[in-house]
Amino acid sequence: MIEQILSPECWLVFLADWTLFLQAFGVTVMVSIAALALALALGVVFGVMSTSHYRLPRSVARAYVEAIQNTPLVLQAYVFYLALPYVGVMMGQVSVGIFAVGIYHGAYIAEVVRAGIQSIPRGQAEAAASQGFTYVQTMRWVILPQTVKIILPPLVNQMVNLIKNTSVIALIGGTDLMNRTNDWATSGASIYGPPFLVCGVLYFLLCFPLSTWGRRYEERLKKKDHHAEQELKKLEEELS
Amino acid sequence: MIEVITRTFTPEILTYLLGGALLVIELSVVIVACSIIFGLILALLRSYDRFILGRLAGAYIEVFRNTPNLMWVLICYVYAPLPTAFLRCSFAFVLFTSATIAEIIRGGLNSIPRGQFEAASSQGFNFVQTLLYIILPQCFQNIVPTLLSQVITVVKDTSFLSMVAVAELMFRSRNALALLPRYTGQTVGIQQVAAIFGFAALIYFIINFTLSCVVRHMHKRRRTASRKTEQAA
Repeated sequence: MIEQILSPECWLVFLADWTLFLQAFGVTVMVSIAALALALALGVVFGVMSTSHYRLPRSVARAYVEAIQNTPLVLQAYVFYLALPYVGVMMGQVSVGIFAVGIYHGAYIAEVVRAGIQSIPRGQAEAAASQGFTYVQTMRWVILPQTVKIILPPLVNQMVNLIKNTSVIALIGGTDLMNRTNDWATSGASIYGPPFLVCGVLYFLLCFPLSTWGRRYEERLKKKDHHAEQELKKLEEELS
Repeated sequence: MIEVITRTFTPEILTYLLGGALLVIELSVVIVACSIIFGLILALLRSYDRFILGRLAGAYIEVFRNTPNLMWVLICYVYAPLPTAFLRCSFAFVLFTSATIAEIIRGGLNSIPRGQFEAASSQGFNFVQTLLYIILPQCFQNIVPTLLSQVITVVKDTSFLSMVAVAELMFRSRNALALLPRYTGQTVGIQQVAAIFGFAALIYFIINFTLSCVVRHMHKRRRTASRKTEQAA
């Protein structure tokens, strides 16, 4: 592998196909963004539901989180890709990737949102209600904006995991960056070094800025805001 | 549906699938045990070595935390210098799980007040003794729940190994669907797929839900304990 990375001929063979890799990288980025949007939407909805006063929405949210968090993403992707066609639902690999990854991380984000909401003192919701805010208005204008500050670090962590987990598309044969790399390397000249190095660097370029920003943000928040530090600590304990 | 279940889970298919479940557990135990040892070394280096080794440990952690595990599985499956596919894949998992566990352990180390070091050295403990007898026991006690959550992630992520030919539960479930017509004479329809995938999901769920209940129980106990100390103070 190392010899291949150092050999110019291997790089030439690899670079002749660079558009294939660019395309596949585009698919990975696109799936990441779409899955993130879905995961955030599901996460906010189910996170708010799990703090509800009523039993039904609470149990629905609980069931969703437990069912998704305790089974593997690969299994969920197989259900979408291999089982749903039998009931007449056909999806391409990319849409399976978006739905499977989005729903999977939606459950994690729901837990983050729930813990964030529970860290806001109850008095806030009561005060908003006394001013005539409805439940949805209270959430939208009072509670959720305040949670953003402290749930950002675990949320960014989930985003990084989400990007990495889009590689599940490779298991159902889609052409994301991971599968393109593996296919290209195992077929033909069996050149492994350059494609896998580039693949790793591309994923790293997507994830590293995010995770570094998340860590810096957390450190800054801890330094300037003692109250937030306490809440963050409680949040992390709740989530582990 | 009951007829489908009794016809699908013949003894052969059942032992085949349960063998896969056993492999998942074996893989997870090997991976977690090795990752804790390696992760501990990384965390200690990153926390207490300000020179080259600490920097290297930091770089290692960043690289493996920001690239997908499937990539390392694919690379190690071909290139790791180990005899069996089981060991090569475990090696890949240890590479990146140890990076995550190193960060967990580092979090535990950071949560212990620095005064403890000073107190220990005033009592004549050297650095290694302080770590061994004072810092690490407290650190591990704090991070056990987080480590268990990481075990859940490892159990789930072993399913990525169905991409390379390691016959763990997910791989065998897919394969069982292909074998079903030959062994049981059924044509594969939604009921058969639901039965096989449902069975796999159930096994993963039982393993992971048990672990997450343990985690929750530990949190609860800790919370009541900390409340009691608050009341006492």
